[in-house]
Amino acid sequence: MMFAVAAIAVLVTMALALIRALKGPSVYDRILAVNSFGTLTVILISVHGFLAGRPEFLDLALVYALINFIGTIAVTKFVTFSDMGHGGGQEERGDI
Amino acid sequence: MTIVLDVLSWIGIVGGGILCLIGGLGLVRLPDMYTRMHGAGIIDTLGIGLILVGLMFQAGLTLITAKLVLILVFVFFTSPTATHALARAALNGGHAPEVEDDGIRLPIDSPDQENMTPQVNVSRETDSSKT
Repeated sequence: MMFAVAAIAVLVTMALALIRALKGPSVYDRILAVNSFGTLTVILISVHGFLAGRPEFLDLALVYALINFIGTIAVTKFVTFSDMGHGGGQEERGDI
Repeated sequence: MTIVLDVLSWIGIVGGGILCLIGGLGLVRLPDMYTRMHGAGIIDTLGIGLILVGLMFQAGLTLITAKLVLILVFVFFTSPTATHALARAALNGGHAPEVEDDGIRLPIDSPDQENMTPQVNVSRETDSSKT
């Protein structure tokens, strides 16, 4: 019961983040919404591990948290510089 | 003892769920990208943190709690970093804030970015003169 309440709240919040990702006017809105969506996915995987009585899902949540961060940084860098291999030290604008 | 832990878990999970919903509503309804970051920040800090603390009370002192603490630490470090990188990328990309603060226009908030471009040029000139 307790975990079902948490899962429902997280699912509704994921739907709201998805709305913003679909209708965001700029690309930065979409990146922000997808970042929140990934963080909520981490929580949903954890809660599902407790809900199903299989806490091994926490390992998946741990890996998802790290990959979500790396993915957000990579997409932000690609949108800003249009180049994944941009070296930040040579121009004044700097890296992200 | 079990009922105390259950009550603490309920408080954490319900509070975290409510804060997640508030953050999601802010993500949809706030007017600007930089203000929507505030809603995302509510989800990333207190919503996630309270739900994880509620799960920790259910897990007890086991390896599961250690993994939950690791998830909490990772989210607490990576989420502000990602938000900072996104805000900086948006400002570099010329995405000006739309919200005015008490009628005072922000220095970057000009219709054709007259204020932003000379600042970038000045900093570039000073940097090239140094080197």
